[in-house]
Amino acid sequence: MFFNLSLRFKLPLWGSLLIVITALTLSLTFMGQAYDDLKQDILRNSEDLGLTMSRALVPLMLHDDLWLAFEMVSLPFQENTHADAVHAESLIVLDPNRQVYVSSLPERYPVLAKLSTLGREFAYVDKSLGTLHEGESSVMEAPDSSRLFIALPIIADGVTLGTLLVVHDTSSFWFRFLHFADRALWITLIVLGVLLPINWYWGQRMTQPLSLLARQMETIHDHLPEALEPGIYVYGDELGKLYKAFAEMVAQLKGKALLEKQMIQSERMAAVGRFTASIAHEINNPLGGMFNAISTLKRHIPLDPIAQMTVSHLERGLQQIRETVAALLVEAKLKSRHLAPQDFEDVHLLVTHEAHKKRVELAWSVAIEDSLPLPSTLVRQILINLLLNAIQAAADGGRVSLRAAIDKDNLLIRVENDGKMLTPEQMGTLFEPFSRFSEQGNGLGLWVIYQIVQQLKGSVKAGVDAGITHFLVVLPLTEQEDGNV
Amino acid sequence: MHRRTFLALPLLLVAGMSLGAERPLRVGMTPAFLHDQLGLLAAWRDYLQQTLKRPVEFVQRDRYRETMDLLQQDKLDFAWVCDYPYVSMGRQVRLLAVPVNQGEPVYRSFLIVPAKDTHTRSIADLKGAVFAYADPLSNTGYLAPRFEIKEAGYDPATFFRRTFFTWSHRKAIEAVASGLAQGAAVDSYIWQSLEKVSPKLTARTRVVKQSEAFGFPPFVANRSVSQADFDAMRAALLDMSHDPAGRALLAKLNLDGFVAGSPDLYQSVAKMVASFGQP
Repeated sequence: MFFNLSLRFKLPLWGSLLIVITALTLSLTFMGQAYDDLKQDILRNSEDLGLTMSRALVPLMLHDDLWLAFEMVSLPFQENTHADAVHAESLIVLDPNRQVYVSSLPERYPVLAKLSTLGREFAYVDKSLGTLHEGESSVMEAPDSSRLFIALPIIADGVTLGTLLVVHDTSSFWFRFLHFADRALWITLIVLGVLLPINWYWGQRMTQPLSLLARQMETIHDHLPEALEPGIYVYGDELGKLYKAFAEMVAQLKGKALLEKQMIQSERMAAVGRFTASIAHEINNPLGGMFNAISTLKRHIPLDPIAQMTVSHLERGLQQIRETVAALLVEAKLKSRHLAPQDFEDVHLLVTHEAHKKRVELAWSVAIEDSLPLPSTLVRQILINLLLNAIQAAADGGRVSLRAAIDKDNLLIRVENDGKMLTPEQMGTLFEPFSRFSEQGNGLGLWVIYQIVQQLKGSVKAGVDAGITHFLVVLPLTEQEDGNV
Repeated sequence: MHRRTFLALPLLLVAGMSLGAERPLRVGMTPAFLHDQLGLLAAWRDYLQQTLKRPVEFVQRDRYRETMDLLQQDKLDFAWVCDYPYVSMGRQVRLLAVPVNQGEPVYRSFLIVPAKDTHTRSIADLKGAVFAYADPLSNTGYLAPRFEIKEAGYDPATFFRRTFFTWSHRKAIEAVASGLAQGAAVDSYIWQSLEKVSPKLTARTRVVKQSEAFGFPPFVANRSVSQADFDAMRAALLDMSHDPAGRALLAKLNLDGFVAGSPDLYQSVAKMVASFGQP
């Protein structure tokens, strides 16, 4: 369950876990050290105190001066030396019979009391206290007891006068230790309070671009993901590389998709071209025969007026078929002169009338000064078709513009118009014959353009951008192979 | 004769002027009173120096025996001792002055127990206890309680399970207050003085019984002291209550003043001493 969590949570959670474990380990180590130190302090202090006391007590015990011995053992417990865990709770001097000789707390440990009668812990000490030699000390801790005992012998010239017991109440020791632990706990909490949010923030910051990337990648099945906005992740680490690779991949996929679309389009157009060409040929052959027959009929057989009218009707109908077929199958193999700047002027004059009719503003910009090695008839056909279409499509009182210019070895013609825009579906079948986007016309205008452009090895593209529909025709200026021009 | 007087006059003047050069009067101070109040002792010494117009030196000893030895060795001129040492020393010393406390030149022995002990009614109840004595030469802190035990029909040597000396009444009171000793006999004057100075300490003890009155621990003069010095010192002490500075000191000492006193005051002590077979 946890392992399926988003990295956005998993990473900070792992980080938090590590931080908590580290903090706890450190504070536990610190507390353990403090515990040991405290205990060592107590033992060392007690041994120092005990050693000094046991020596100072020798002459007093030799003279059996109980009062001075009492003053001596009470000395470390004067009112102004505050009770501390490191300080002993009391000092007890035992005589060789294990009776209290004197103690710093005579009310609790009265003079002459038997050690074993002072309580369970003291009975334990009485039992476990062995013979101690000079300079030795023995630490005793009764089980389940809050007291710690350090025993030192009081020896004068090899004779044991008694035993000094340094008594510690470990509850005060625990109090002090808990004080330490409390402080350690607070420091730990503060450290955690600082580190955990930093860790959380850092984790989020690290994983947010990653999860964004993951979300984008997930959508790749349904549609091409949008390219990520630049600047989301600018560093050159693995993630940055991933971002770069993703952007490249998206760009490539998009290019590929576009290419595929274009290929399908052009293949279809080619198929349509082949199809229409073959139909045109199939129609043209019998059509020629029919024209010949009518000609023969008119020339050699006198016709009554009705028959004449019928034949004329047939002829007109066949003429219309021929024109349509001719339009379907553009014959580019006509001899034509080179395109001259004057040709643009002519077209301008021709379409101005249409533009006036629709009250469309016509913007004209032609940057061509010399004649170009392009067949003028075909180019004029392209210009007229494009411009009439544009005027047709432009809104009432709208605007149509033409721009023509030379770019390197290409003639660029761009025609724009406002008004109704093309839908994506329309874009797909734009150049197909009889696609009929407008009520007028035979639906062959763009098809004708497409064929001319194809024959001139150029390209034509339509696009919509910010309410403007545009057509861009690119015609290469290299000499045509077949020497038409 | 006249000439000699004439010659002696400048000498006296010189003696008066060069006060420090003269042999000081040495006064032994013992735990017969709260002798660890050093500030008070210094003030009292200065007072006596001014009154006597000669240097005075206070010599403090915690044990009566040591002060008695110093007297016997003529190292002290005067001493404030307990009545028992006074009686013991016999002809070695002369009674100089007796302090007056609460209007009388007498004091008593207080039998005290820890305040927690509410059942003890007399010294007989303390049989087998741990008992603190002040000084083996103290009347109220040693002689009187032992005498009482003896009177009650016990052997003072074995009556208590454990005894020890604290070498001062104040410390005997501390021994009882701390619980080190289950009982002690102390000087009533010291207990009462201490009650004013450290009421917390005395509150931790309970006075079980007061003994009969004994002559107050006296100021004694060594036999060797000249009559002139003897008279001067006695006058200085007796006059303290007539002088504001003296009265202030007396108030701090918790005393009313001094009287010349009479050895008869100490007959009961002498009797007790005799009962233990001592001179």
